[in-house]
Amino acid sequence: MKRYVAGRLLESLVVLALMSYLIYGLIGLMPGDPIDIMVQADPDLTPADAARLKALYGLDKPLHERYLNWLSAALGGDFGYSRVHNAPALDVLGPRLVNTLVLMGLSFVVSLAIALPIGIYSALRPYGARDYAINFAALAGISVPVFWLALMLIYLFAVAWGVLPAGGMQTIGVDSLADKALYLVLPVLTLSAASAGGFTRFVRASTMETMRQDYIRTARAKGLPERRVVLKHALRNALIPVVTIVALSFGSLFSGALITETMFSYRGMGKLIYDSIMGNDYNLALVGLLFATVLTLLANLAADVCYAWLDPRISYQGPA
Amino acid sequence: MSGAPRSMAALTARRFARHRMAVAGALVLVALALSALAAPLVEVWLGIDANEVDLLARFEGRSAAHPLGADELGRDVLVRLLYGGRVSLFVALATALAAAVIGTVIGLVAGYYGRWADAVLMRVTDGVIALPILPLLIILAAVDMSKIPLVAALAETENASLYRIVLIITLVGWTTVARLVRGTALSLREREYVVAARGMGASGFRIMATHILPNTVSPIIVATTLSVGNVILFESVLSFLGLGIQPPIASWGNMLNNAQELIYEAPALAFYPGALIFLTVIAFNFLGDGLQDALDPKAVHG
Repeated sequence: MKRYVAGRLLESLVVLALMSYLIYGLIGLMPGDPIDIMVQADPDLTPADAARLKALYGLDKPLHERYLNWLSAALGGDFGYSRVHNAPALDVLGPRLVNTLVLMGLSFVVSLAIALPIGIYSALRPYGARDYAINFAALAGISVPVFWLALMLIYLFAVAWGVLPAGGMQTIGVDSLADKALYLVLPVLTLSAASAGGFTRFVRASTMETMRQDYIRTARAKGLPERRVVLKHALRNALIPVVTIVALSFGSLFSGALITETMFSYRGMGKLIYDSIMGNDYNLALVGLLFATVLTLLANLAADVCYAWLDPRISYQGPA
Repeated sequence: MSGAPRSMAALTARRFARHRMAVAGALVLVALALSALAAPLVEVWLGIDANEVDLLARFEGRSAAHPLGADELGRDVLVRLLYGGRVSLFVALATALAAAVIGTVIGLVAGYYGRWADAVLMRVTDGVIALPILPLLIILAAVDMSKIPLVAALAETENASLYRIVLIITLVGWTTVARLVRGTALSLREREYVVAARGMGASGFRIMATHILPNTVSPIIVATTLSVGNVILFESVLSFLGLGIQPPIASWGNMLNNAQELIYEAPALAFYPGALIFLTVIAFNFLGDGLQDALDPKAVHG
């Protein structure tokens, strides 16, 4: 088990290293580098000045050299300055990361609270009218464009009925938990739709699969009440793969969070990444993307480790 | 078991027809595709141009001239929705097909050759799957294409934003098919008929093309159908954020560009394009579900 975890950890590190190089290179390909922006802002700068500045900051060096310079600084904890926020990029990122984790955590809870009971209910009474209705609703949750769902919720709750705020994080001047919670309702609803739908379908499939196993028939045959069969024998096994899916869904949930945060002006990491890419704030964009990658890789790692730990049939040695 | 033997295709069609929502999805998609194809006809019939700005008609409600009203520049919403449908459907199908081809090749090579080819390709696949896709797509969409030698020529063309979107979603979209094909190829390459073909001196390419590929068609079709919905969602959100299809080309996503600012004045403008995206994606997903049941009878029916 230890070897397996160590191997997967090493693999994730390799992916991370490759990704950091890729992201660094891609950011270099975005229109306009910092010096170009300075030149645009200051008509007195001559092309010769610009070239000298580029040489001064090492921007004229080849990509891999610049990357190595950046990497050695980054490993020492220096991720550069945010051009827009006038602060070290890491300091800008910190609080945003917390906000995003709050939003994503709540959405996980909400979507599981919906998906577990409904998915199990659906699996125990399959092929009925309710099962079809649930399947339809779940598929609708997966299929709805997140930004459009946000627009429609904003229209209904903020514009038409005026019961919830259209965006932001708290009423200015008010600093209470209840007020902040009010601002979280629509973003959490928006973000939960897709994962609730996906989880429901998965819980249903997994539970149905388990209910067909021989040990369920045995449990029934020895006269156990159905309740006990389901709770004691079926669910424990049915929910093992669900743990994996929940952890694996982190990446897509983060994508959803980026859209949700942007739509509701929620000051999270997703919106920060989007804004920094659009605003040519390279250092910040780089750190944000790297953190998003690290978090997603960690979640995937957790999924594999959980699975290996919960299901003793999985071999840690890899394919024979 | 009823009397006469049936052909494979007939059996498959029967199983598909039993899946009522999948049939409904297929009908919806045919209707959408036909109306998108008919866009120029509607344009002529209404006597208006999709990109014609008419400031006097701004935010006009439904009327004989504008059946679904006009947008913030007085352009006809119905005609733009139809043209947008062309773009969204074209991008979705082109991307899904390109991704399927790439995924199939990678999956075949990894599954058939195994060993280091498999190890390398599957680690790459896992790596791509593990990435936060949307932030990556945003940065790919923001890249200045003219700075990349190979695709610089594409950046010059009128439809550059269209090709770019197909290209970048393909780059991240091939993984599902690759994994499915690899799994099938892995189990097939030890089968007797493959071993026999190898014994008769068939080349690796021949075995993959004639013996393994045909057996992977069903999962490829299902995975590709299901991926179309995802592609539409990615395209629409990128276009909505201003990074995908660029105006004046209409797409369902970029028609929503200004929707949020205009939601007080013109909520209907925010409704139609999104509703069509939703309808299309859900139709593709039901279609994929139905195809899965129809093409893979061995799987227990869900």
